[in-house]
Amino acid sequence: MFKDNSVNMEMSVDTNKINENINSDKKEALETQELTKRFGGLIAVNNFDLKVNQGEISSLIGPNGAGKTTVFNVVTGIYQPDGGRVIFKGEDLAGNKPHQIVAKGIARTFQNIRLFSNMTCLENVMSGQHCRGSAGVWSSVFKSSYQKGEENRIREEAERRLHQVGLWKFRDELAKNIAYGSQRMLEIARALASNPDLLILDEPSSGLNDKESEDLMKFLKIVLKEDLTILLIEHDMNVVMGISDWVTVMDEGKKIAGGLPEDIYHNPLVIEAYLGKEEGEEL
Amino acid sequence: MKLDKNIIFKNWLILIAIVLLSVAPFMMNNYWIDVFFFFGIYALLGLSLNIVLGEVGLFDLGHVAFMAIGAYTTAILNTKFGIPIIILLPVSALAAAGFAWLVCSPIIHLRGDYLCIVTIGMGEIVRLTLINNPFGITGGPNGVFGIDFPSLGNIFMIDNSTEFYFLIWIVVGLTILALINLQRSRIGRAWNCIREDEIAAESTGIDVRYYKLLAFILGAGLAGVAGNIYASKLMIVSPESFTFMESCMLFCIVLIGGMGSIPGVLIGAAAISLFPEVFRTFAQYRMLIFGAAMVIMMVFRPGGIWPRKRGAVEFKSLLLKAGRDNV
Ligand SMILES: Nc1ncnc2c1ncn2[C@@H]1O[C@H](COP(=O)(O)OP(=O)(O)OP(=O)(O)O)[C@@H](O)[C@H]1O
Ligand SMILES: [Mg+2]
Repeated sequence: MFKDNSVNMEMSVDTNKINENINSDKKEALETQELTKRFGGLIAVNNFDLKVNQGEISSLIGPNGAGKTTVFNVVTGIYQPDGGRVIFKGEDLAGNKPHQIVAKGIARTFQNIRLFSNMTCLENVMSGQHCRGSAGVWSSVFKSSYQKGEENRIREEAERRLHQVGLWKFRDELAKNIAYGSQRMLEIARALASNPDLLILDEPSSGLNDKESEDLMKFLKIVLKEDLTILLIEHDMNVVMGISDWVTVMDEGKKIAGGLPEDIYHNPLVIEAYLGKEEGEEL
Repeated sequence: MKLDKNIIFKNWLILIAIVLLSVAPFMMNNYWIDVFFFFGIYALLGLSLNIVLGEVGLFDLGHVAFMAIGAYTTAILNTKFGIPIIILLPVSALAAAGFAWLVCSPIIHLRGDYLCIVTIGMGEIVRLTLINNPFGITGGPNGVFGIDFPSLGNIFMIDNSTEFYFLIWIVVGLTILALINLQRSRIGRAWNCIREDEIAAESTGIDVRYYKLLAFILGAGLAGVAGNIYASKLMIVSPESFTFMESCMLFCIVLIGGMGSIPGVLIGAAAISLFPEVFRTFAQYRMLIFGAAMVIMMVFRPGGIWPRKRGAVEFKSLLLKAGRDNV
């Protein structure tokens, strides 16, 4: 058994190298270098390197508590890193507040859906356009023609996004009153409404049934064509294998593997991280 | 069709309200005109607190301090330098807004109950400062008196109850128009997003700090306007008009009517200012009745009497949210 495993490991190292080479001649949309985030004594993210290629769907996977959401929170500026860098479009994002990062082109969704519950679906999506507008207090109070034009543009863009995710019929419903699956899509629509270059989704398919997951995958492949890059955290292996161009695996804050989905699927390190050593041997 | 009917109903209601308000002073004696003047003052103050509390969900229990700044700015500049009240109207608004900017900048990141406590402290500090007569300009516990009526040279002078009544209600009307436009703009949406979920708002691209401060500054500015009109109507300002109880009253106005709802604020202001007059005999039980009414409201109609259409905002859920900040 032991022998078998080590052979496998060597092979996987080789494929990793080849993959890195394939990877290296593409342009990166997002890169984290030696990213570290601590919570007291706990190192949630530990020297973590991540590369997300432009125009691709990348997945970040790992067991519960691996630090995936924390990586997202650092990238989107909710937490400041304790070490390392986040590079987006060649620029270090350090010190930016979350809303500034949205303006730079990264939009996100949350693991536990966070909508504006008492606002309508349309208003939720319109708020995504906020950072693309500039009307101030005076022009809003006096309804200047500039403000009216901008408001129309915001509304049109939001309506387009609502159509796109198939929630047009719920536009005047309060966000808290629509079904769970629809809420997930609404949150994605809100993120897309800011016209991001990079969309990051924290477990978008969790809580969705099989059909909804299917639809979500199709949808993501379609919006990807809008000059978008997608990074997602995902537990559902069907989704990961189905749409990812690249998969990064993390465990206990560290990166343990990165590669094409099929290689990751057979990588013993990954299987071990997910199942623990003993069970891993039984596989 | 249903929606159309609603709009027609609403327009009729607004029209009737405007007609009633404009003929009212000619059918009442001066005493009642004054009661309605104070209804207007409370409406303006309620609208100003509604920006902070109703639209953004920030607990401000020291709001009357902003009115005090406006009132004292008017009183001092008018009595010491003879600057006309009309000119002092925008000046008082700016003074209160500037004060809000100074005081709120360092505390704006505080959440829910913490912010609430700090605003109570702010209100008390302002009142105590006024009592202590700094540089001998606030007149201590006696306050400042001999404030002029609003006038424009020899052209006109607002010097009787009816004219003050129209002054305040025209200001309230204009404020309502402005606030409706704000509610329907990206600024109003940003405010509501922050109230619903601060972290989501920030991650959606809204500068939470900026919009919270903006709410405080606008709210304080409006309270400053109320302070200006109040000072020139009473011709005297003194610290006892700006107690913690007054801030609580304003809080009640917004909660009773429905947070974030403009008609709600008007109903709340009516309840606070007219009710004690109608039930004079129960005057000494006033606070008891209000307290009971608040409790009953929170239990049976947590969204307020006239909540904003698209969905009631419940005070309770805001309180719960105040503690929640995990991602
Ligand atoms: N704000 C915080 N304060 C303290 N510890 C935290 C905080 N956020 C996350 N952690 C800890 O950091 C570790 C990584 O958490 P994280 O949420 O990033 O994991 P995850 O990979 O997203 O897991 P899951 O798959 O369950 O969502 C966990 O041990 C978690 O308890
Ligand atoms: Mg997570």
